[in-house]
Amino acid sequence: MRLPKVSGEWIDRSRPFSFRFEGESFQGFAGDTLTSALLANGVSLLGRSFKYHRPRGVLSFANHDVNVMLQQGNEPNVRGDVRPLQDGMDVKVVNTFFGTVKSDKGRCLGLISRLLPVGFYYKAFHTKALFPLWEKLFRFTTGLGEVDFSTPHARTPKTYDFCDVLVIGAGPSGLSAALSAARQGADVALVDENARPGGSAVYQRGGDPKTLEALTALLARVTEHPKIRLFSGAYAAGYYKDHWAPIIEEKRMVKMRAGSVVIASGAIEQSAVFRNNDLPGVMLASACQRLIYRHGVCPVKNPLLLVANQEGYRAALDVLAQGLSVAAIVDLRPENEARGVQPLAEKLRTAGVPFFWEHTVVEALPGANSSVQAARIAPFSPLSGPAGEADFARVEEIACDGILMSVGWAGAAHLLYQAGTQMRYAPAIEQFVPAELPEGVHACGKVNGVYGEAARLLDGERAGSAAAAHAGFGEARSVEIPPEAASPSHPWPIVRHPNGKNFVDFDEDVQFQDIANAIQEGFDNIELLKRYSTSGMGPSQGKHSNMNLLRILARLTHKSPEVVGTTTARPPYHPVPMAILAGRGFHPQRHTPIHGRHAKAGAVWREAALWQRPEYYRVAGKEREDCIRDEALAVRQGVGIIDVGTLGKLEIWGPQAAEFLERVYTARYANLKVGASRYALMCDEAGVIIDDGVVARLAEEHFYFTTTTSGATSVYREFSRLLTEWKMAATLVNHTGAYAALNLAGPNSRAVLQKLTTLDLSGAAFPYLAAREGTVADIPARLLRVGFVGEWGYEIHVPARYGGALWDALLEAGGDKGIRPFGVEAQRLLRLEKGHIIIGQDSDGLTTPLELGMDWALKMDKPFFVGQRSLAIQAKKPLRQALVGFTLPEDFSGEAPQECQLVIAEGEIAGRVTSVAFSPVLRRFIGLAFARSGENQPGAKLSIRLSSGREIAADIATTPFHDPENAKQKEKA
Amino acid sequence: MKIMTCPINGPRPVSEFVYGGALREMPDPNSASDAQWAHYVFDRDGAPGVKKEWWCHAPSNTWFIAERDTARDVVLRVHLYGEE
Repeated sequence: MRLPKVSGEWIDRSRPFSFRFEGESFQGFAGDTLTSALLANGVSLLGRSFKYHRPRGVLSFANHDVNVMLQQGNEPNVRGDVRPLQDGMDVKVVNTFFGTVKSDKGRCLGLISRLLPVGFYYKAFHTKALFPLWEKLFRFTTGLGEVDFSTPHARTPKTYDFCDVLVIGAGPSGLSAALSAARQGADVALVDENARPGGSAVYQRGGDPKTLEALTALLARVTEHPKIRLFSGAYAAGYYKDHWAPIIEEKRMVKMRAGSVVIASGAIEQSAVFRNNDLPGVMLASACQRLIYRHGVCPVKNPLLLVANQEGYRAALDVLAQGLSVAAIVDLRPENEARGVQPLAEKLRTAGVPFFWEHTVVEALPGANSSVQAARIAPFSPLSGPAGEADFARVEEIACDGILMSVGWAGAAHLLYQAGTQMRYAPAIEQFVPAELPEGVHACGKVNGVYGEAARLLDGERAGSAAAAHAGFGEARSVEIPPEAASPSHPWPIVRHPNGKNFVDFDEDVQFQDIANAIQEGFDNIELLKRYSTSGMGPSQGKHSNMNLLRILARLTHKSPEVVGTTTARPPYHPVPMAILAGRGFHPQRHTPIHGRHAKAGAVWREAALWQRPEYYRVAGKEREDCIRDEALAVRQGVGIIDVGTLGKLEIWGPQAAEFLERVYTARYANLKVGASRYALMCDEAGVIIDDGVVARLAEEHFYFTTTTSGATSVYREFSRLLTEWKMAATLVNHTGAYAALNLAGPNSRAVLQKLTTLDLSGAAFPYLAAREGTVADIPARLLRVGFVGEWGYEIHVPARYGGALWDALLEAGGDKGIRPFGVEAQRLLRLEKGHIIIGQDSDGLTTPLELGMDWALKMDKPFFVGQRSLAIQAKKPLRQALVGFTLPEDFSGEAPQECQLVIAEGEIAGRVTSVAFSPVLRRFIGLAFARSGENQPGAKLSIRLSSGREIAADIATTPFHDPENAKQKEKA
Repeated sequence: MKIMTCPINGPRPVSEFVYGGALREMPDPNSASDAQWAHYVFDRDGAPGVKKEWWCHAPSNTWFIAERDTARDVVLRVHLYGEE
C-alpha cells in the first residue's frame, strides 16, 4: 500500500520502525504518524465510534476528527492521525469492549440507535435515583481512554517569548506574511501545528510538480531569513488580550507576547452528509492528499470523488498522478456553475474518468470488511424542497474502494473569534470571513476567504506588511487581491436519507435526523442546538461538523447562515495536555527574621496573610490546649515574648503628616505629644472598621505607626493613594519587612528589659503608651509601651537584621525569670481576657465602631476623617447590633460554644459568637458576641445555639474581664 | 494577559497592577444631604463605557489614573493624578 517514493515526502524510508496496534505487530517509517503507518500496512479499520461503536477509518487526517483515538501505555486519547510514529510503540483503540477494534461487541449498539434519540441525556435523566446506574453503563459502553493514576509527574517548563509579529499558520499565505513583515524589519515568529511548514501547498498539488518547486523556494527564503523564527509542530492554543498567545510545543508552553498578529490558520475541510459517510474509506479529499504527499500512502486505489470545488479536481489528479485510477467525479453543481475547473476536468476526461454533474452520493455501500465497495449516486437538486432533494428513483451504483469528499471548507477562525473579530458570511464563497478586525490583528489566506494560489501569497504579503506597520516597522503596503473564480464551498452538501446514518458530527455520532428532531423540539438556536444534539461537543469541538450543523439549522429554520451565526470557539484550539497547563505551585511565604528560632523552639505554624506565625510552641508530652494555657499563664505570672514582626510598620514625615493621620484615622493626632503613642482606628467611607494599630509620634513631623498583619499591604497602598489624591505634604514609607518587632510582656518584663538598656524604664519616665528611641542589647530600637495582652509590656522594633540577636538577648536576659516565647493562640486568649478586639474576627465587612462600643475612639468633632460623615448618619439611627462580653458559669461543663455559633433571641438570629476561649486565670469560658443592641446589659442572659442545636445561656459581662482598672499598667504605689 | 501602561514604569503585565476604584469626586461632607452622601458612598456606575479609574502599579506603588473603555476592554490613556 506504500506508494513508490513521492517527491517531498516527510518519511525516511531508511529508518523503519516496528510498532504494535491492538496486539498485532506492524512496520512503519520515521516520519509516519500512527495512522499513516497503519494505512501503509493496509489497516483501514482504525477505531470505533463513540456512541454506536461503528467502524471508523481515517476522515480528516488533520486532527479535525477523532476517529483514531488510541491508548499508549499510560497516555490516553492519543490522536493517531497526528502522533508521530516511534519505534516500539504499542497502542490500542480506546472505545472498544469485549474485544479488539475488529470484534468490538459494542457495535450492536448501532441496532438500537432508535432507542437513543437526540437529547437522550436530557430525556433519560429525570429520575435521580437511576443516575448511578446510567453512569456505570455509560462509563462502560462509551468513553475515551483510561487514566492511569500512577503515571509519574511530568515537569513541564514554561517559557516567555516576545516577537514583533506573530504569524499563526505556515501555509502559503502565512509564509508570505512572515517574509513581508520581516522585510519591513519586524522580528517574526511563525507557528505551525504540522511537523513541517508549507500548509496545503505540501499536498494540494493537482498532480503538478511545479507546486512543490514553488513551495521549496518559498520555504528556503523563510528558513534563511534571520528575522524569522519557525516553530513547527507547535500550535497557538488561543488568542488573549494584547496579542498574547500560548504556543503549545510537544513538551512545553511558550507564552508569546507579540506586537501584532497575523492569523493564517487556513481552512478546515468539511464533510458531505450522506448515508454511511463514516465508513472506513470515505474521507476528506485533503486527508488522502496529505497521506500521499507527506507519507507516501494512498489508502484508496480507485476512489470516487464527490466534489463541489476546484480542490476536488486537484485531489483527483493527485490520485491519478500516483498511477491509480478514479472511479468517477460526482459534482454537486451543474457543469455551467463549476467555474475554473475546465482545464483540470479536461485532464481527468482524457484519463477516462466519468463525470456526473448535479449528482450526489446518497449512500456508501460497505463490503465484507466494512470498507467501501460501491457508492450509490443520484441526481441532486440542492435548492429544492426543505432539505434539498436527491432523486432516489434514479439511483446508480458505482463500484469504488473509497469516496473522497471535497465539497467545502470552514475557516479555522477560532483565534480570530477569540480576538473579538466581527465575522460576516460571504455568500460568494459560502464562508464566514472577517468583517472587522481588532487593532493589530490581521488575517490572510483561506481563513480570510482567499483560496487562489497566487492570491494567497498576495494576501499574505498585504497582511504581513500591515502587521509589521502596526508593530512599528515600515508602512502598510496596499496589495490588490483578485476575487475568487468560484466558491470553494457548496451551500448544501447534504442529503436527507430515509434510512439515516448520514453523519454530521463523527465524534458524537450525530445524524441529520437528530438535528432535524432537535430543531423540531425547539432547540433552534445554534448554541442550544449544539448542546442538545451534542454536535460539536466532542473532542474535536466541531472542527469537521460545525459548518454543516449551521447550514442545516439555517435551512430548516429558513434563515441565512449569517443570521444563524456560529458557536463560540473558546481556547484551547486543540486539547492541551494537563501536564503542559499545570504550573509549578507558586505560593510565596513571608518569614520574619526570627523564623528559624521559632522552628527550633517547636513552633506549630499558622498562616497570617503571607506570613508564617507560631500558633504555639509544642512541648513534648503536652496537648495543644495545655501548651497554649501555659504560655498564657507565663505572660500573666512572669514574662513572655512574642514575635510581632508581621504587623504593618509604616513611617510618615512631613509638615502635613499629623493632618494626614487625622484624616485617615478616627482619633486625634495633632495633639499627640512627641514620645507618646495612641490607638489608631481606620474606617472606610461607609464607616466600616477596616484596620487598627498604634501611632507613635517620634518628632513634630515624624510618626511611626503599625497596622494589622493582614491589612499591612492594603493600608499602605490606600494611604499612598489618599496622599496622592489629597496632595498633602508628607512622605510615607513601608517598613513592614525592614523592621523586626517583639512584644515583651508580663509583670517581669521591665526587669528583663532593664538588663539590656540604659533607658529609664520607671513608670514616670516611660509611662504606659509612651514611645522611646534607644538601644536594647546595643541594638538601635524603637520601644512602645503597649498593653494589648493586658500586662506591663514593651513592643520593641529594630532593623530586621538585628531581630534574631534581640530575640536571643531577651531570652537570655529573661532566663532567670522563666521567660517563655508565646504564640498567636496565647496572644488571642490574653487579649480576649482584656476585651481587646481583633479586626476581622470580632468585626466583619459591615461592622462600625459604634457597634463595637468604640465611640471613645471616634473624634466626631474633627474637621474630617474617612467614614466620619457616614458614622454621623448611623449615629442618628438605632444600632443593628452591639458587641458584648459574655462568660459561662465556673461550673459549666459539656459542649463548649464555638466561634460563629449563633446568638438567639426570641427564636430569631440576634447575632453570633465572635471570640470564645477558656480563661485559665478566670477559670471559666469568656467570649465576645454580637447581640441585639439594647439587650446587652451586664447581668442579662445571652442564648447561644451550639452545633448540637442545644441552646445554652451565657451571662453578659462587662469587659475587660481581666484587670478592668488597668492596674497592671500602673506602678504599684 | 493584558498589558497596562504605568505612566512611570511603562507597559507591564496587568498582574502587576491593582485596581483602586473609580475616580469619584467627594461631595462636601458638611453640606451634602444624607441621601447625597449615601449616593457617593454606595452607588457605582457599572454600565459599559469610558471610565476614569485609580490604578496602582503595585511593585513601585505608583498610583495613577487610567481612562478605560470597559465596553471594548481598551485602556485609552493613563496619567498621574493631577496631570490631566
